[in-house]
Amino acid sequence: MSNAPVDHGRRRFLTIATSVVGGVGAIGAAVPFIASWNPSEKAKQAGAAVTADISKLEDGQLIRVEWRGKPVWIVKRTPAMLESLTKSVDKLRDPASEEPQQPDYAKNDHRSKKPEIFVAVGICTHLGCSPTYLMKDFDAQVEGIPSGFFCPCHGSTYDMAGRVFSGVPAPKNLMIPPYMFVDDTTILIGEDEGTA
Amino acid sequence: MFKNFMSWIEYRMPFMEKMNLHVMQYPAPKNFNFWYFFGSLAMLVLVNQILTGIWLTMNFVPTAEGAFASVEYIMRDVDYGWLLRYMHSTGASAFFVVVYLHMLRGMMYGSYQKPRELLWIFGMLIFLVLMAEAFMGYLLPWGQMSFWGAQVIISIFGVIPVIGDDLTLWIRGDYVISGATLNRFFALHVIALPLVLVVLVFLHIIALHEVGSNNPDGIDVKRENTGEKIEDNVSDKFTFHQYFTKGGKKIIVDAIPFHPYYTVKDIVGVVGFLFIFCWVIFFAPEGGGFFLEPPNFEPANPMKTPDHIAPVWYFTPFYAILRAVPDQLFGAIFMFLAIIFLALLPWLDRCPVRSVRYRSNLHKANLTMFCISFVVLGVLGVLPATPTYTLLAQIFSFTYFAYFGLLWFYSKNEKTKPLPVRLS
Repeated sequence: MSNAPVDHGRRRFLTIATSVVGGVGAIGAAVPFIASWNPSEKAKQAGAAVTADISKLEDGQLIRVEWRGKPVWIVKRTPAMLESLTKSVDKLRDPASEEPQQPDYAKNDHRSKKPEIFVAVGICTHLGCSPTYLMKDFDAQVEGIPSGFFCPCHGSTYDMAGRVFSGVPAPKNLMIPPYMFVDDTTILIGEDEGTA
Repeated sequence: MFKNFMSWIEYRMPFMEKMNLHVMQYPAPKNFNFWYFFGSLAMLVLVNQILTGIWLTMNFVPTAEGAFASVEYIMRDVDYGWLLRYMHSTGASAFFVVVYLHMLRGMMYGSYQKPRELLWIFGMLIFLVLMAEAFMGYLLPWGQMSFWGAQVIISIFGVIPVIGDDLTLWIRGDYVISGATLNRFFALHVIALPLVLVVLVFLHIIALHEVGSNNPDGIDVKRENTGEKIEDNVSDKFTFHQYFTKGGKKIIVDAIPFHPYYTVKDIVGVVGFLFIFCWVIFFAPEGGGFFLEPPNFEPANPMKTPDHIAPVWYFTPFYAILRAVPDQLFGAIFMFLAIIFLALLPWLDRCPVRSVRYRSNLHKANLTMFCISFVVLGVLGVLPATPTYTLLAQIFSFTYFAYFGLLWFYSKNEKTKPLPVRLS
């Protein structure tokens, strides 16, 4: 042991410097442990957004695309269908879409970004069947409403904005996925301006 | 020969010294009652969980495809697999029964008060880890309630502003609860959290033995030694470790050695506990649908939501508070605060008297109301949320929190009864 006088300033500096470098090292070492919890590349692939071309969609037509293993509907609603949305209001369980079944931009009367284009996950909120689109014969299910969605499994009914009617087994409106319009004829499902 | 061997050990590792310090010569107040069973019972259940848990991992398959089937395999095809599994699942509920009673004991006798604040904090940390452990364990059988219960609880993290969505994604490791979630919960449930739990229990006991056990009278058994003779002191008959007498500076009054007196007493508690525990395992292993919920006998199905999602009974008081608040974020905050306030008890209670025996009627009424609130919230958390039940949940959430506010308010100048000089 040397008998040189203790240089307290130097000792403090070395202690702090060593602690800081060690601390940075510890934070660095934590990165792989924390990052490994993120979705893997495989999960990201399986959950990636899908695009759909809606240029050939006709009035009243429904097309399906698959997103994260679920059927997603894209419907081009006619002016008559949009008008019928106001008629169904008092027969609905959640007409104002209070339940968080949609992104904020779809929490409106027509539950969509553009009034005529309706996008929804085509899975009944009751027990997961996929409801049938009744373009003309829906008034057999709900009087006075010409078109809507009817679940053949247990008879749940939804209007043309995917809002559930009261008195049916399904508890909630149809889920609206996040989506955005890439251009006038292309729609991206699974991603919106907020998450992109 | 044996004596030589023991002293050979002792010279290298102070085994007997530590056994004396913590067991044979540890002074425990002589008046421990029924309520003092639950600490040792919690340790018994912890051992049960670890042991049966290790055996369950030998046949459990932690994948979305294999988990449910492997649990059924354990139940039907593995010799005594049903017993190991029911010991584990009943053990989870038993753990919360004894821990809740253990916590109530602490609240009744003011065991959180100075100088036992840190002991109480370690206890609260154990409670938090235990809840995480139970929650993650419940996902593993991959039944409908495993899946949807986890869905509800993980989505609570989603209400945190800004980072919520990314946080839930990070916890799940996928866009939905999937095999990735199951697998990481398995890792945390069988390795990470049990390790933390065992370390925390160790620290809880070290902290307990440093400050000494409280008792139903809430007065100290270690006093300054003034040289004065204390009449009828049972402690005179025993040798206590010098660590507690500080070389004669302290005198121990009305305490007896932990071993054999409380080891024997705790065995009585263990036998009583095992009667009830075994009855449940053999005759009601599903606990009337509260220990193992009926929807959990159906494999997890992301496309099919059960009619009514209720967490397991031990989470329901906090779940009821979550649901009682109309706003999701504030609901989550209040649920969290319900636990935080418990942890803050040592500082909220400003009364110098510990035990409820010598405290005011107001305090007794307040504590009774707290217990009623906790039980009622527990019942409401199981039931579906109707407007009436929601209103009740709001009222009893209020009385739950009112306990802490009132306690802080009246405890400073509380009218207490005179404390006894000696343990009764």
